[in-house]
Amino acid sequence: MTWGSLDAFLAMGGHGFHVWGSYGVTILCLFLEVFFLHKRTKS
Amino acid sequence: MNFDLFRFAAPQAFFPVAGKLIPWFSVIAGVLALAGLYVAFFVAPTDATQGEAYRIIFIHVPAAWMSMFLYLVMAGWAGFGLAFHTRLSGMMASAIAPTGAMFTFVALWTGALWGKPTWGTYWVWDARLTSELILLFLYLGFIALKSAIADPVRADRAGAILALVGAVNVPIIYFSVQWWNTLHQGASVSLTRAPSMAATMLIGMLLMALAAWMYSIAASLARLRAIIRERERDTEWLRMQRAAA
Repeated sequence: MTWGSLDAFLAMGGHGFHVWGSYGVTILCLFLEVFFLHKRTKS
Repeated sequence: MNFDLFRFAAPQAFFPVAGKLIPWFSVIAGVLALAGLYVAFFVAPTDATQGEAYRIIFIHVPAAWMSMFLYLVMAGWAGFGLAFHTRLSGMMASAIAPTGAMFTFVALWTGALWGKPTWGTYWVWDARLTSELILLFLYLGFIALKSAIADPVRADRAGAILALVGAVNVPIIYFSVQWWNTLHQGASVSLTRAPSMAATMLIGMLLMALAAWMYSIAASLARLRAIIRERERDTEWLRMQRAAA
């Protein structure tokens, strides 16, 4: 286990913005692609 | 009975096969991604020089690999269709393009967010970053060109030529860090020598890369089925399938 607490995990050693900004946008992209694929398949 | 792989070049033969494969690839992608994320955040140690910001590479590197690999697969199918006039090939290329463009965008985005804490800048016009940006434009150009031509056969042909010409950009991206003096670092993982990182970091990255691979197959197959449905709307086999459903 690398992290002492949830706060430390979210802070990412002061780089929370960069790390979570990367992971967040990636998840958003995947979500959008699957959403539009689903919509296209339905129509 | 002899098994004829070319049978699956016909949309009506491949359509049900793709439908059966999609859930499998989706589940495998999900399991690999969860395992990869666990290693990325709870097993891999803090990087000695880059601190925690390096954890971005667990998506950046697989996304960058996929962006290049998917382009080559797309160009391969497009070229195959151009040479052999197989109906499915052009659709296959169209099915891959948006997923490839998505991974290219993710590679650029995560690269920028990694670059800021590591190099002190979100963006520089060095050879690696610029050629990856060109890759995004090639994907978007391919999608735009194909959707601009109403006749699907002509659209496939025009798209194939664009995809094949653009393929020259892929080795440029890959070797850019060796050919030019780039701010982007050289490859940490290569087939010819031992990787320059901790084993757990490598395992996390490979798990995420495999997940991205499985996801790409599932997404491309799902889009392929949508494209087949759209293009073959008026054919007898789809009409029968609609009636049966």
